[in-house]
Amino acid sequence: MLKTFPTGGVHPPENKITANAPIQSLPLPEQVIIPVSQHIGAPATAIVNKGDTVKAGQTIATSKGFVSSNIHSSVSGKVSKIDMVTDTTGYKQTAVFIDVSGDEWVDTIDRSEEIIQDVGLTPEEITRKCLDAGIVGLGGATFPSHVKLTVPSGKKCDVLIINGVECEPYLTADHRLMLERGEEVLTGATILMKALRVEKALIGIESNKPDALAHIAKLASGFKGITVHGLKVKYPQGAEKQLIKALIKREVPSGRLPLDVGTVVHNVGTAFAVYEAVQKNKPLFERVVTVTGRSLSSPGNFLVRTGTPVSKLIAAAGGMPEDTGKIVAGGPMMGKAINNTDVPVVKGMSGLLLIPLEESGRAGSEPCIRCARCVSVCPLGLEPYLLMTLAELGLYERAETEKITDCMECGSCSYTCPAARPLLDYIRLGKGIVIKMARERNLK
Amino acid sequence: MSNLLNVSPSPHVYGKETTRKLMLGVVLALIPALAASIYFFGWGAIIVTITAVLSCVLFEYLIQRFLLKKAITITDGSAVVTGLLLAFNLPSNFPVVLVVLGSLVAIGVAKMTFGGLGNNPFNPALVGRVFMLISFPVQMTSWPVPSGFGTGYADAVTGATPLAVIKAGIKGGEQVSALMDQVPSHMQLFYGYMGGSMGEIAAAALLIGFAYMLIRKIITWHIPVSVIGSFLIFTTILWHAAPEKNADPLFHLLTGGILLGAIYMATDYVTSPMNPKAMIIYGCGIGIITVVIRVFGAYPEGVSFAILIMNAFVPLMNTYIKPKRFGEEVKNG
Repeated sequence: MLKTFPTGGVHPPENKITANAPIQSLPLPEQVIIPVSQHIGAPATAIVNKGDTVKAGQTIATSKGFVSSNIHSSVSGKVSKIDMVTDTTGYKQTAVFIDVSGDEWVDTIDRSEEIIQDVGLTPEEITRKCLDAGIVGLGGATFPSHVKLTVPSGKKCDVLIINGVECEPYLTADHRLMLERGEEVLTGATILMKALRVEKALIGIESNKPDALAHIAKLASGFKGITVHGLKVKYPQGAEKQLIKALIKREVPSGRLPLDVGTVVHNVGTAFAVYEAVQKNKPLFERVVTVTGRSLSSPGNFLVRTGTPVSKLIAAAGGMPEDTGKIVAGGPMMGKAINNTDVPVVKGMSGLLLIPLEESGRAGSEPCIRCARCVSVCPLGLEPYLLMTLAELGLYERAETEKITDCMECGSCSYTCPAARPLLDYIRLGKGIVIKMARERNLK
Repeated sequence: MSNLLNVSPSPHVYGKETTRKLMLGVVLALIPALAASIYFFGWGAIIVTITAVLSCVLFEYLIQRFLLKKAITITDGSAVVTGLLLAFNLPSNFPVVLVVLGSLVAIGVAKMTFGGLGNNPFNPALVGRVFMLISFPVQMTSWPVPSGFGTGYADAVTGATPLAVIKAGIKGGEQVSALMDQVPSHMQLFYGYMGGSMGEIAAAALLIGFAYMLIRKIITWHIPVSVIGSFLIFTTILWHAAPEKNADPLFHLLTGGILLGAIYMATDYVTSPMNPKAMIIYGCGIGIITVVIRVFGAYPEGVSFAILIMNAFVPLMNTYIKPKRFGEEVKNG
């Protein structure tokens, strides 16, 4: 029997229309815009100035503090300005604008096609390389990977989990990566195992990717300690806590981290990036992005340099369809709607989804009929109808005792509500206020 | 960019389910029982049903339009469901004027005074039924004998329900085994050949609707199964303890409104609990109270009261019975 997580979950239409589209390299744009914050944690500090010449792979902003990440240039060229740019969140942040000329990479990067499987480095050296190369979680959360590889004293990790679930509808970037770069992904997993000093790694892949599942399972037989597990399709299986529960039946306690139950989860994209950083000395400055949508003439999976404006991706996928009503950075369940096509590709952008106008709006909200569907689909066992009401009425203390901060914003409640109530909107609002309240309380 | 983009928080896709589709699903699930009712009770069933549905929808419209002066929501289908269920809870010869009055109580008092759909604590159709039962006990307990279109609406031959026959007999000191000869066989009961409220008689038709609602995921199994389960357990215990003083569990299940109540009334979204644990407790409460009223109470039937009593506990249950939170109990290994 295929494994899955027990509580809640939904089955949105999968729409994996780009599953059979091989990864293509996107031509270099004329200009890239590289934000200094492409990760969770403190923004990096820009260390280049207007007029500087940079090469691809050169550090252009350095991490500030432990939970932060380095940022590298993705192209060779000249820094034209350092200015503000609207990112995927809709907020403005500092970015380095680089005019592209040629494609010269930093000398230390090994650009050969050869796959190096032997890992010579010590755990500390691996972690250091991840920090230097600016590796962050590529599943979407963009948590700096070196932090996850540093096991604090007193905590123990006994198993690594590699996330190949890709449960978001439409997205196929991880799917294609597993099919086309499986050996590198598995070597990356081996490197991560070494860094965490664990003997065992589990790769979870949903059964809607039978080709990737079979391919990775076949390759994994050549890697020590790595096993591959098929999972029953259910959203949000790719969520860290749900995947841990599905694969090793451990439940991460509320407000705690996977390390508290002896495991660490990394995405297959991250494993690939770690491989490139450690074995090829290549910092994270390009990634696979699925450009998709039912109206696109040639949707596909593209290897894209960070900082490329999304307009270039749309052009490569056949141009903006007439009927486009919404552009989402990421998948349809958790992605962010962007308000212009100059937004640059960042490390955490796994997909770009163009939604037709007629599907881009929302149905009018009706009264709650208390059907309890939101409660039954919540993967965290919360009561979305109640949390929404509490947030709406400003009863934040009660919302806190009802565990509003446990919500991971997967959107299953809003997806499933027959009365089209904006459940997650209010919960997100309430959660933000409750987190702020708790922080202020802790300061006192 | 010439055209503007929509920007809204995630999620960006939505499920296909709507309130109206769910209500329509309930109506479809009630069609077999309605058909059975028309088959057994003829014109009476048609007249009472149409009157109840039309007047429920009309009262909702009038109240929203002229009293509350807010948006009209009769198209969501909830008033249609209330009307159908109210009709199902009435005898098929029930006077039209009283059907209209019952609809007014159901929609006007039980639903709209609390703010309309989603806000009423008690099941509107059952409030309508119980109001009628207390105010017009004679009309509410003269049950036409099933005879299809053979008899007219107003002059139908009436008789007692099997439950009432048994209850009166036991009170009079008769043995249950002897009383069983005075009521239809279990098989007849299963198909619905008995006197009773319009919609409650045909167990087979009600179960078809139940299967449909489960497959269509309109309801979950929790409430119906816990109502029927606790009901069967309790009646089995009583039957074993005193077989000559209590009817068998199957007889209890196939007569009266227990199936209609468990499948269609107790599962009313608005007035039932919000998580599986609470649903099961709620269901068991209904099952047990029903048996207590049937066996020890004054009325031969108690499903309506049982559901209304448990409705009153729903807010309390929603406050104190919580679903299992993820990561609440730390069980590793």
